[in-house]
Amino acid sequence: MPYTITDKIWQSHEIAREDEFSLLYIDRHLTHEVTSPVAFSDMRQRGYRVRRPDLSLAVMDHNVPTDSKENPTMDDLSKKQMDALWDNSKTFNVPLLDFYSPYQGIIHVIGPELGFSLPGLTIAAGDSHTSTHGALGSVAFGIGTSEVEHVFVTQTLWIKKPKQFRIKINGKTRKGVSAKDLALYIIGKIGTGGGIGHIIEYSGETVSDMEVEGRMTLCNMSIEAGARSAIIEPDEKVFSYVKDAPLAPKGQEWEEAVDYWRSLKSDPNARYDKELEVDASSIKPMVTWGTNPSMVARVDGIVPDPSEIKDQTLKDEYERALKYMGLKPGQKITDINVDYVFIGSCTNARLSDLIEAAKVLKGKKVSKNVKALAVPGSEWVKRKAERMGLHRIYIDAGFEWRHSGCSMCIAMNSDRLPPGKRSASTSNRNFENRQGPGGRTHLVSPAMAAAAAVYGHFVDLADVDIAEVL
Amino acid sequence: MPEKIEGRAIPLPLDNVDTDQIIPAQFLRLLEKKGLGKYLFYRWRYDERERPKSDFVLNDPRFKDGSVLVAKKNFGIGSSRENAVWALTDYGIRAVIAESFGDIFYGNSIKNGLACIKLDEKTVNEIIEKARDGNLSVTVDLLNKKVIFDGKQVSFEIEEYARRRLMSGQSEIDYTLSHYLDKIEEHEKSMKAFMKTNLSETLKKLIEG
Ligand code: SF4
Repeated sequence: MPYTITDKIWQSHEIAREDEFSLLYIDRHLTHEVTSPVAFSDMRQRGYRVRRPDLSLAVMDHNVPTDSKENPTMDDLSKKQMDALWDNSKTFNVPLLDFYSPYQGIIHVIGPELGFSLPGLTIAAGDSHTSTHGALGSVAFGIGTSEVEHVFVTQTLWIKKPKQFRIKINGKTRKGVSAKDLALYIIGKIGTGGGIGHIIEYSGETVSDMEVEGRMTLCNMSIEAGARSAIIEPDEKVFSYVKDAPLAPKGQEWEEAVDYWRSLKSDPNARYDKELEVDASSIKPMVTWGTNPSMVARVDGIVPDPSEIKDQTLKDEYERALKYMGLKPGQKITDINVDYVFIGSCTNARLSDLIEAAKVLKGKKVSKNVKALAVPGSEWVKRKAERMGLHRIYIDAGFEWRHSGCSMCIAMNSDRLPPGKRSASTSNRNFENRQGPGGRTHLVSPAMAAAAAVYGHFVDLADVDIAEVL
Repeated sequence: MPEKIEGRAIPLPLDNVDTDQIIPAQFLRLLEKKGLGKYLFYRWRYDERERPKSDFVLNDPRFKDGSVLVAKKNFGIGSSRENAVWALTDYGIRAVIAESFGDIFYGNSIKNGLACIKLDEKTVNEIIEKARDGNLSVTVDLLNKKVIFDGKQVSFEIEEYARRRLMSGQSEIDYTLSHYLDKIEEHEKSMKAFMKTNLSETLKKLIEG
């Protein structure tokens, strides 16, 4: 029988089954300060220990201040959650990359970057965007707090195997079109519920041509289409991406691992519950105009008119979104002015993202009406960027060059979009109040965000000079 | 947890009660799950000055000891916050009856011994009507997969795994450890080298910088 890569990884990790639920062994478990405290306090009360601290990794990211390491702006609740993680990691012997660690960063950036996440593994984390790690060719799930505790104590998870949805992307992308635009385009097409109950497997020539970090963006955003997770077959690009990572296997172990990873392909006749084909050559840079990621338009398009929609529920939803966003039907996307630009988050704050934005920014200045933040996805990404001199490009353009953290993606620290203000953001959620109470978010790619910072409104990258930074 | 849950029904005749309504985001930063019951349905239950609103069902003395909540479609949609389930159980709700449930909320409820029972629209409406005066006792019989109220018995469907977990009342963790520890250990022996490499040493070096 032909199998998909998901089937193959699932079979090799399913250690028991009860009716429709599998008991799945989890090879790597990541945790952060927001979804873990209740799990740890329950473990204390019941006298449980962490079964495999050696396969676990904790990191502070959601609450961490990004303005300074010496003199950080931090509220009491944030500090409490960070302190709790510090105590818990000591008590339970879980390795922790804390606020001061040179390898601290966003959970979904540091996992692959450090080689903690690798192809062929099962990975879990108490965070919905864990699907990101599927870009390496692993089965990766975001889980609830009870499940976090279950994984800590047993290193397993009871989970129903998701249905499988293959999205094939073919065709060469135009100038300025990135993985983020593909992701937004797909969510616009299938809707925020289009992936419910499924793991999405991306394939096709556009995906094989894509660099590994772009694939992470694609897998990351799958959550916004309602998917349980996402996965891409690992290839030579992935192997070289993880080869020199500190936690990647070495020597003989590496050779064996790569041999195994090469076998992790979906069989040609494997069956999927759902399929979709996408032509990448037709896609333009995308900008969301509404309050969920499926409310999206091409940069050369317009804000839709709710009165043209028949379905009453959708019409109401569109009207409410336009009201919240302060937009008019028929308005050109390129006429929308922005007040803030945020380049950051687990979707788009890896080195390649910072490079793409820098190419647009080089030799230009941020518009005087715009406040712009660049928040590298990890402290290591920050150092790599600085070694290339990228920080100079950002700072000279007028960006604030910050330390890593979730920052204005979720606004749990002091980086907030003020009420009524409008942002071009490289993050993944444009829900009401997400970047700060009353804030208005437009999701875009890093290069689109950089261009919006320079011009003060959205622009088609086809019309922008793009420098070489290297 | 017993095979049967019996309690006073609390009618909440609404569709799309999302997890934001069950517990607002401002209470997600607390470090404990105990005590969340006082924030259950916070914005419906209290006014701006934190005084109980008399028109909300939980503030009606007739439903004070109610433990079976009855709502309509899509109960628990929205964010994955498990805090929504904790707020319900901490308040004293032991079962929720509705036409349908949000996926993640439903999954979280199983882990916390909260029985979420799906019934058809007609039956849900009937229970809600009969529950209005505060005198309806409802029994959820997990063993026989029946809901019993007002002398009537109605069957329901539930995943076997979920039903067993709810009936045993044992924590899922204890269950896994007592039934599958040997399988876990066995699996750990058979893992490929790169999967089980001890990462501690390298991590220690990284952490120290
Ligand atoms: S960057 Fe945003 S989406 Fe990613 S883990 Fe942090 S808060 Fe979640």
